Amino acid sequence: MNHLSVHHLTGIRGLNLNDIELIFQAAKEFKEVINRPIRKVPSLRDLTIANLFFENSTRTRLSFELAEKRLSADVVNFSSASSSVKKGETLVDTVNNILAMKVDLVVICHPHPRAPQFLAKKVNTIVVNAGDGTHEHPTQALLDAFSMTERLGDVRGKNIAIVGDIRHSRVAISNILCLQLLGANVRVCGPKTLIPKYIGSMGVKVSHDLDETLAWCDVANMLRIQLERQDDTSIPYFPSLREYAVGFGLDRVRLDRLRKKVTIMHPGPINRGVEITSAAADSDHSIILDQVENGVAIRMAVLYLLASNN
Amino acid sequence: MDSQILMDEALFERVVDRLAHQLLEHHDFNHLDLIGLQPRGYWFAQVLQRRLHELRPDEHINCGGLDVTFHRDDFRRREKPLNPSSTHMEFLVENRHVILVDDVLFTGRTIRAGMDALLSHGRPQSVQLLVLVNRRFQRELPIEPQYVGKTIDSIDCEYVQVLREEGSDKCRIMLLNQKPE
Repeated sequence: MNHLSVHHLTGIRGLNLNDIELIFQAAKEFKEVINRPIRKVPSLRDLTIANLFFENSTRTRLSFELAEKRLSADVVNFSSASSSVKKGETLVDTVNNILAMKVDLVVICHPHPRAPQFLAKKVNTIVVNAGDGTHEHPTQALLDAFSMTERLGDVRGKNIAIVGDIRHSRVAISNILCLQLLGANVRVCGPKTLIPKYIGSMGVKVSHDLDETLAWCDVANMLRIQLERQDDTSIPYFPSLREYAVGFGLDRVRLDRLRKKVTIMHPGPINRGVEITSAAADSDHSIILDQVENGVAIRMAVLYLLASNN
Repeated sequence: MDSQILMDEALFERVVDRLAHQLLEHHDFNHLDLIGLQPRGYWFAQVLQRRLHELRPDEHINCGGLDVTFHRDDFRRREKPLNPSSTHMEFLVENRHVILVDDVLFTGRTIRAGMDALLSHGRPQSVQLLVLVNRRFQRELPIEPQYVGKTIDSIDCEYVQVLREEGSDKCRIMLLNQKPE
């Protein structure tokens, strides 16, 4: 099989192992492209792509926009803050109006879970999910897994820990699904209040002890405390940021206590001093900036393969 | 399926010899890079590089492999998707003389894509084309090779198959009456 089994990328759910391997193979070649003196190829020069960001997201939008421009696509950006959505227009109407201007592919980031799946069914275009609420963030999971395979060779049989705010994280769910497809052992770690009850049904182990998790894992993916999503209940999820940092923050002392090398990842943006200290984030164990670079290559691969599939 | 041998192993060896001597005759290797188009052009460029090294052991010849997938003009116009091969370019071609190497020249579209891809690695002083087999007819672009292993007359539906032995410089070339599945 040399083509994707899907016509849209709405989530990792729906992809198979062959799809992921195909995306990684193309991303490897695109990584070479973005390190050339001229970092651009003409593959998508006859396509127009709309980036529809109904939620604030600087780096994902920048990464998608760079990926699209490196593939020579025409790009239009849309943000809900300055749009007719504020005037009461529905999602389908908004997107159909954009498509009427001859747009071939939409990248959508939306605060409502499953908005990209809904859109894929309702409109006649290719849909790429750039994050839907607390549901999925497939390109982030792909770039995380790609960065791990670059560092470890293969993630099959490796122990991967996802630490932090699992409850509000779309990165966590996509990461778990993607890493399980690739054959890794996945564990989540965090305070009880930030780990949803359904997580056990996804086949992952749960831990509330960071030091024990670090001793177990080969890779620690430190998730951001999503401060903007902490006020959805009248009772706080944890007493204070300081207390969270003491229990679940990764610092140099914790790293030095380990007798092995643990690869450190973070999807960004980092709350320095909360989930990870500067000393840990900037150490040679960290591949955080590799993740950012791989993000562009992975998004180029996804766009290229979806475009060739349609 | 009917087939005929265009070039056997012995003839292939003599052709490689001749092409290597032609390159020696016309070029100063201090300014020359061999760049093969993936996948078989890169293999053939490496075969030539090894032969040239035997003839001139003291001189170093750069050899790179270029993948043209992202520069093709038939993306989204084909039945089957195009999957990329790897690019091996560890040097820039800025102000260098480049010999672009491919196994079979037919419509010329791969070579056009190759020249486009090459320019992502710098602006070469000059580019020449070397092919193992030149299918004279059905050219769709104004592209002609400077160095040719063998020129053949073939019709559109026929297919030139380059059968190389893995891990060796041996090769046999067949002309089939149709493209294999």
